[in-house]
Amino acid sequence: MKFTLSWLKDHLETDASLAEIVERLTAIGLEVESVDDKAGLKPFVIAKVLTAEKHPDADKLRVLSVDTGTGKAVQVVCGAPNARAGLIGAFAAPGTYVPGIDVTLSVGKIRGVESHGMMCSERELQLSDEHDGIIDLPEDAPVGTSFASWAHLDDPVIEINLTPNRPDATGVYGIARDLAAAGLGRLKDGAVEPVAGSGPTPVTVALDFGDTDPLCRGFALRLVRGVTNGASPKWLQRRLIAIGLRPINALVDITNYLTFDRGRPLHVFDAKKVAGDLVVRRAKAGETVLALDGREYELTPEMCVIADDKGVESIAGIMGGEHSGCDAATTDVLIESALWEPLNIARTGRSLGIITDARYRFERGVDPEFMVPGLELATRMVLDFCGGTPTETEVVGYAGHQAKVVEFPVSEVKRLTGIRVAEEEARSILGRLGFGVADAVETEVFGSGPPTGTIGYVTEEHQRTTPRPGVLAVTVPSWRPDVEGKADLVEEVMRIHGVDNILPQPLGSHDAVNGRILTILQIRTRAAKRALAVRGMMEAVTWSFIPARHAEAFGGGSAALKLANPIAADMSDMRPSLLPGLVAAAQRNADRGIGDVALFEVSGTYEGDTPQAQRRVAAGVRRGTARLDGSGRHWAGNAGAVGVYDAKADAFAALETCGAPVDKLQVEAGGPAWYHPGRSGTIKLGPKTVLGTFGEFHPKTLELLDASGPICGFEVYVDAIPEPKAKPTRTKPRLDLSAFQLVRRDFAFVVDRGVEAGAILRAATAADRKLIAGVSVFDIFEGASIGEGKKSVAIEVAIQPVDKTLTDEDFEALAGRIVENVRKQTGGVLRG
Amino acid sequence: MSDLASLEATLLSDIAAAADEPAIETVRLAALGKKGSVSELLKTLGTMSPEERQTMGPAINGLKNRITEALAARRSVLKDAAISARLAAEKVDVTLPVRQSPAERGRIHPISQVIDEIAAIFGDLGFAIAEGPDIETDYYNFTALNFPEGHPAREMHDTFFFNPDASGERKLLRTHTSPVQIRTMEAQKPPIRIVIPGKTYRQDSDATHSPMFHQVEGLVIDRNANVANMKWVLEEFCKAFFEVPQVKMRFRPSFFPFTEPSLEVDIQCDRSRPGEVRFGEGSDWMEILGCGMVHPNVLRFGGLDPDEYQGFAWGMGIDRIAMLKYGMPDLRAFFDADVRWLQHYGFRPLDMPTLFGGLSS
Repeated sequence: MKFTLSWLKDHLETDASLAEIVERLTAIGLEVESVDDKAGLKPFVIAKVLTAEKHPDADKLRVLSVDTGTGKAVQVVCGAPNARAGLIGAFAAPGTYVPGIDVTLSVGKIRGVESHGMMCSERELQLSDEHDGIIDLPEDAPVGTSFASWAHLDDPVIEINLTPNRPDATGVYGIARDLAAAGLGRLKDGAVEPVAGSGPTPVTVALDFGDTDPLCRGFALRLVRGVTNGASPKWLQRRLIAIGLRPINALVDITNYLTFDRGRPLHVFDAKKVAGDLVVRRAKAGETVLALDGREYELTPEMCVIADDKGVESIAGIMGGEHSGCDAATTDVLIESALWEPLNIARTGRSLGIITDARYRFERGVDPEFMVPGLELATRMVLDFCGGTPTETEVVGYAGHQAKVVEFPVSEVKRLTGIRVAEEEARSILGRLGFGVADAVETEVFGSGPPTGTIGYVTEEHQRTTPRPGVLAVTVPSWRPDVEGKADLVEEVMRIHGVDNILPQPLGSHDAVNGRILTILQIRTRAAKRALAVRGMMEAVTWSFIPARHAEAFGGGSAALKLANPIAADMSDMRPSLLPGLVAAAQRNADRGIGDVALFEVSGTYEGDTPQAQRRVAAGVRRGTARLDGSGRHWAGNAGAVGVYDAKADAFAALETCGAPVDKLQVEAGGPAWYHPGRSGTIKLGPKTVLGTFGEFHPKTLELLDASGPICGFEVYVDAIPEPKAKPTRTKPRLDLSAFQLVRRDFAFVVDRGVEAGAILRAATAADRKLIAGVSVFDIFEGASIGEGKKSVAIEVAIQPVDKTLTDEDFEALAGRIVENVRKQTGGVLRG
Repeated sequence: MSDLASLEATLLSDIAAAADEPAIETVRLAALGKKGSVSELLKTLGTMSPEERQTMGPAINGLKNRITEALAARRSVLKDAAISARLAAEKVDVTLPVRQSPAERGRIHPISQVIDEIAAIFGDLGFAIAEGPDIETDYYNFTALNFPEGHPAREMHDTFFFNPDASGERKLLRTHTSPVQIRTMEAQKPPIRIVIPGKTYRQDSDATHSPMFHQVEGLVIDRNANVANMKWVLEEFCKAFFEVPQVKMRFRPSFFPFTEPSLEVDIQCDRSRPGEVRFGEGSDWMEILGCGMVHPNVLRFGGLDPDEYQGFAWGMGIDRIAMLKYGMPDLRAFFDADVRWLQHYGFRPLDMPTLFGGLSS
């Protein structure tokens, strides 16, 4: 919403400076977006050319002697064809910034002749595109005074960023009302005198919505015959230009002017182009209209139109039709002022893609009580600018305005804002804003019925009203549809009283050391991020929506998780996994020449569209040689390609950090289809709970993701890890340190190649759960020496004697149990 | 020269000439071994007369002692020399670079870091952290937050929608973290003090808008929380977050459907240095957050009586405040996973924001 300072002062009597006005506008919620104070035009003064001689060395240049009002003639070299003695124009002295040529003037020599300034064209001052000659002012223009101020070009333009709840401030008058309420002056009387008309308006209007919801809440119309539709007055044109509108003709300019002056959009029809009577109705399916913007729109029954016998003449409340628009030939004009259904205007404007000043106002809700005054004011201006004879105003379908009354305990201001505002001030603020303020009363009805058990005893009804101290009955003005309840009135009082007057007050303290504020899931999420970063990985945040084919390849792509309006075709499906996004991210880095990357993300994946179906997953990928210890070549040993074991280690690190019972987890060979079937695994807790997967990727997965390896990844389902049981104390279990020395014994078993090392470890461990403190694999060997299809697995068993030193016989017996158990479970034999 | 003297001279010369420990051992054996020259001399003592022995005994034993000492001394010198030689041979080039610790290479994304900073500050003020789903219903995202059906304010949210399901319900991606206000009110009785960080989505993309971004919402509900308390909380937060002793904030009346009164907040700053914003000084105002008293209708939707309970809420962009604090110029880079960007703008994994150790280092 733009307006100029002088325009504001049409409605606001004030001595306040521009700076004060701007500051107050923002402070009361009408945020000033920009101010153009036209200071750039200040240095240009009106000057008179005294003499104009031909330049001695240039045919097209003249040497002027210019009177700039200082009493001393100034020499200026000028190339304008209209530069002549006696011309009065706009002069810029050296040091002046000339916006149209983006140059700050200095004294210069042009072809050997000094020039002490410049006579400017309109384009050089950015007033218009006119550049055929320098500005040529009338003879009475006062030499030596400010050109901008003489030409009324110094009127500052203010633009406010209007919130959608304030339709009243879509007009300069409403803004003036707010400023006056905020103590910045006096609001001038905006009452409109009706203009008497002669005879009925010959065109009738029917609101015809059949049995559908009416989309028009009132329609006022009158005809003015015999107008001359020339240019509107200069002052009005200047204001329209200042706010970025193009003057067209007086009739159109009047509607545009009142749209901004009073927030009251109007429409004018050339009466001679209207066939028959007008009907306001829903558009018929497929009906089209050529609108004033020169474009043809196809309409639907969801839209409201004004039509005549020939068809649609106007898209109601949004844009008029080209056919019946007013031009210089218009002599009879129909002026329309109507009320449209705000939601319908918003929908129609949106689906047609039309943004107009009328739509902007109607969708926010114009003042219903100003429908008729708006028409009267327009009529007055038409008569003033164009002459003519008006008919009587016809009003159709307007049921009047039902004012809301809100019961307002003034104490609400203190309750919600913390400041105490005296009742008198609250009354005064609301009154200045146009609210009706009265004392609230309680009405009690008594004596309304006969005493129980009496027959034929009739009593008169009495009403007793008692005042309710501190409670106001506030009537909401018709221009404030946004005000509905007490809280809205608190805002009105607060913003006018001044938000700055509210001093910060500490929020009541909890008076104790604050406890843990994170949930288990939040703690795990945070811990997993730090743990993975500590492993040299970088945290990525990738899109929640991914290409459909990526989603499908990772078990997603269901209809419920497809966006109806994705921002791009390849951001269409909610991700079922973090891996496709991370693999793609790793590949982007590789394409930039950084192939060794380790990335992770701990975030949401989506198995469905319910809150429960949003999972919390920690995932990571490693590409190239980005292994835990570092990547690439190094004098102490080059990093090898990443593989399934790197991913497994990451997965276990994440699980361990999140508090998963790592000693109870099982790893099964194979994982989901996107992994290499022989180089992937699934981490389970019990037979059903899957806590994670890891592996190298299937070549087809990489092909689909346009990625290349070596690359491995993992996912850990953070939300599937059981929460720890609540414990009464934080005491750790007692530590029993054995007095006996730990002993290590090595065994090498030859097994079939397909036997899993995990099975050998489990068998060895189970041989004696009391004495065996740990088993680890320290060598894997395959070779001809041990036979085709066989491998040797060497394990180290840590034996912790518990209550006595073990004898050789004890060790022999234990070793025998280990060998036997491994043989039984895996078929492995001790390597000879 | 006597025989003894010449033997001693020979032995001492041999000892001195021994170049290493095996050589000195050879000399020792030659002198003091079973058949060694000094041992042989000692054997002769038994055949001597007492008088002879009285002279020769001390002489030969003296010789033995001196040779033994000389051997030990030489052995020690040679051992030291051997160690020195070994150490010299073992010298390596310590300027060779070692691999960097993974904990130094890894990075935490600025969004995670800033969420931790926010949690540290609000944890101190007695707030808990709440979360909610990204895929929301129209009810939680709009209706319960007092966005009337068809209201233009809904359109301003540029919502991502899913296709309607069999029952005609159309889910959406939450456009703000505010739905969690309602979910929290449904789940817990006041007093409520929560902050809600999370992902939010709008159909918008340029240097400062991304179709996915992050917001943090705050909600306080009890029987007397008011605008003055809200101003205090937000000023305290901004001071702590931007790590400056003072901030100047400007609260402007504004409009949001879910708060009444509503305010927008600008923070005073100095943007005269390219790529850097300083808070608590300067002459610019920068919009930083929106806030207000929870709208009575929202309280009602949350099952609370607005005449009994009241409170305030605010929302701000996590990405935005991260950009302001740490100087990232382009929001889109947040979601590109360019490791050069992560390396530069990311945080080391062990730099954990706390109030006792400072939010940032």
